Amino acid sequence: MTARTSAANDRRVVPSRRPRPDGDRWLGVAFVAPQVLGVIILGVVPFLFVIWYSFNEWRPLTGEMKFIGLDNYSRLFADPTFSASVIASLLFSAGVLVLNLVIAISLAVLLNRRMKGITAFRTIFFSPVVVSVVAWSVTWGFLLAPDGGLNGALRLLGIDGTNWLADSSTALISLVVVQVFKGVGMNMVLFLAALQSVPEEIREAAQLDGASPWKSFWSITVPMIAPTILLTGILTTIGSLEVFAPVQLLTGGGPGDATNVLPFFLYRTAFVSQQFGYASAIGVVLFAIILTLTMLQWTSRRKWVHDEV
Amino acid sequence: MRATRYRGAAIALTGVLAVSLSACAGGDTDASGPADLKMALWSSNEGHLALLKKIGDAYVAEHGDEVTSITFEPVTNPDYIAGLTTQIAGGDVPDLAWIPEASGPEFVDSGILHDVRDTLKDTEGYDLDDILPAALAPWQDDKGGVYAYPFSNSPFALYINEDLLAKAGQPDVKSLVGTPNYTWETITDIAAATNSKTGAVGLNVPTFNPTNWSAVTMLGNAWGAAPWSEDGATCEFASPGMIDYLTWYQKQMSRGAIPAVSGNAAPAAFASGDVAFSIAQLSQSGSLDDSFEWSFLPLPAGPKGYHPIVGQAGVSVLERSKHQKQAAGFLAYLTNPTNAELLAQFFPPPRQSLLNVKTLSKAAPKLSPEEIQSAIIDVVPEAKVKPQHPVLSQFSDKVRAGLDPVWSGGDVKAAVTGICEQISPTLKG
Repeated sequence: MTARTSAANDRRVVPSRRPRPDGDRWLGVAFVAPQVLGVIILGVVPFLFVIWYSFNEWRPLTGEMKFIGLDNYSRLFADPTFSASVIASLLFSAGVLVLNLVIAISLAVLLNRRMKGITAFRTIFFSPVVVSVVAWSVTWGFLLAPDGGLNGALRLLGIDGTNWLADSSTALISLVVVQVFKGVGMNMVLFLAALQSVPEEIREAAQLDGASPWKSFWSITVPMIAPTILLTGILTTIGSLEVFAPVQLLTGGGPGDATNVLPFFLYRTAFVSQQFGYASAIGVVLFAIILTLTMLQWTSRRKWVHDEV
Repeated sequence: MRATRYRGAAIALTGVLAVSLSACAGGDTDASGPADLKMALWSSNEGHLALLKKIGDAYVAEHGDEVTSITFEPVTNPDYIAGLTTQIAGGDVPDLAWIPEASGPEFVDSGILHDVRDTLKDTEGYDLDDILPAALAPWQDDKGGVYAYPFSNSPFALYINEDLLAKAGQPDVKSLVGTPNYTWETITDIAAATNSKTGAVGLNVPTFNPTNWSAVTMLGNAWGAAPWSEDGATCEFASPGMIDYLTWYQKQMSRGAIPAVSGNAAPAAFASGDVAFSIAQLSQSGSLDDSFEWSFLPLPAGPKGYHPIVGQAGVSVLERSKHQKQAAGFLAYLTNPTNAELLAQFFPPPRQSLLNVKTLSKAAPKLSPEEIQSAIIDVVPEAKVKPQHPVLSQFSDKVRAGLDPVWSGGDVKAAVTGICEQISPTLKG
């Protein structure tokens, strides 16, 4: 009797390893269900449909759909416009990635100090992030026009500007600049937060040991903000490979195919050329490119991100 | 007890989501009974919508046993055809749709549009023969089927800013009309001089940007140039006429008569008062006020003479509509002589009987009778519709990319030869 009582008491004291009661489990399901359903219905299912469409020739206006296996893919890899589009996308993405991270880190370092008015500067650099991408692009369209603001300023310096958006040697870099200044404020804020988490005493110790500010930045600050560099690198790469609005508004993919990046090529193929199946194949390849680059960045972190949270 | 309640909550939540999603998916309607018709429109102009609603309400009042309601739904996507395609691909097929002329042959060829010839012919008082053959031709097939009523048949003309020309000390352009000097060469000389003296834009095509290249290539017909052969099977971008025309166009850009292309941006608007000449249609006159003196003249002649051009829009019944019969009945009503006259207050009509100053003055009250006569009524019967092709959408982007070097001062011959190499296989089918 005593022993039984003691065992009963033990059961009350020792935490149970059994699953939680049904009620809690269903409550959890209820909370998570909308999000999971949203991801499945709006993300996973459409993506599976896109993969299926890519194996079909689909004419949306007549509703005809014919299974053609891998024909869309073999046509895609032989299409010179697709090759040009991949090159434009990769060049654009590389330009945005490098320029964005360099400027964002530089701004964050410059603005990571306590002085009067520093919040105003931070706000100025962050404000493009909250501006509509359409308004931003249209404004840059005026600035980059042959008789626009940029060439006007250059004329004051005695320099003849070019037709930035119509010249194949400057159109892509112009788009890179437009995209970088639109989004650099967000990365700057993330780097600011990361810099403020670097303990001051470590930098001071390095200085006492004779490290120059530059050496201290490269050997202490950069390794300690490496997780943020990884995060912003991945997000910026994904965002740059999905660029659409500035291309549509500023260059229309031209001149030639110089700025015909993959999302724009996909859009024109689907909605102008009415080739939904072929456009779906472009979408699947774009997804594969983004996934591959993201995985590369993620796996490479072991070599240079030593302070993962 | 608690478990049952939470399970119930989860099931209810999932149920609500499922019901919401099924509601989004829409549902089928019965095709046999009275129909609720829907018409997709490119325009969201309040005046257009009010007029269509008035005609639609009158039809429902007279034919309540066939049609219970008619909804006019503007497709707000900046690219109308992209928006319409998305809507149709999603299963939301309108019964009738506004179709721009560039998509006409493609839509007719691919069987998307419903043949309404018999309905129009059999409708009492419709008078199908009153429609100008040249206006109806792009919407017909080889067997004489009629797939749209071209409710807007609007010639391109030349708007001139007289105040700006006077300020630049240029001659009176109106006095040149009808003389051998009324040519593109004269107009661009004046445009270049105006640009040089005032800094204003010389001559522009407001609808032109590199993706809408046909707004410029269509003018090549005055050089004897066409982008492809009459049967559409042969590329003619590299023909001597087109090379001459594009070389001339390039020269005009370099001397400031025509503004340089700036990315994909639309050119300056004539209504700003800072443009000397603008090539546009009748509807643009509605956006002009009295802040400067302007005139509306026929297009000038080129080296190969005078070749007027019209832009069109048609209204069609879609083959995939569940209510083809009712929709065709409404189309016949919407475009009968009485309602065509009402529509003419916004759109130049394709009906011979309505091509008169009295009717067209309603569409453009700011134009003088002489301007309407010389730039519209005299022009429409002989005008050709902008170049169209049954598979234009499949090669339009290749032409866009191929023409870019032309706009930036590159080698015209190399550019157009490249275009023909790119698009010939598609043209030949």
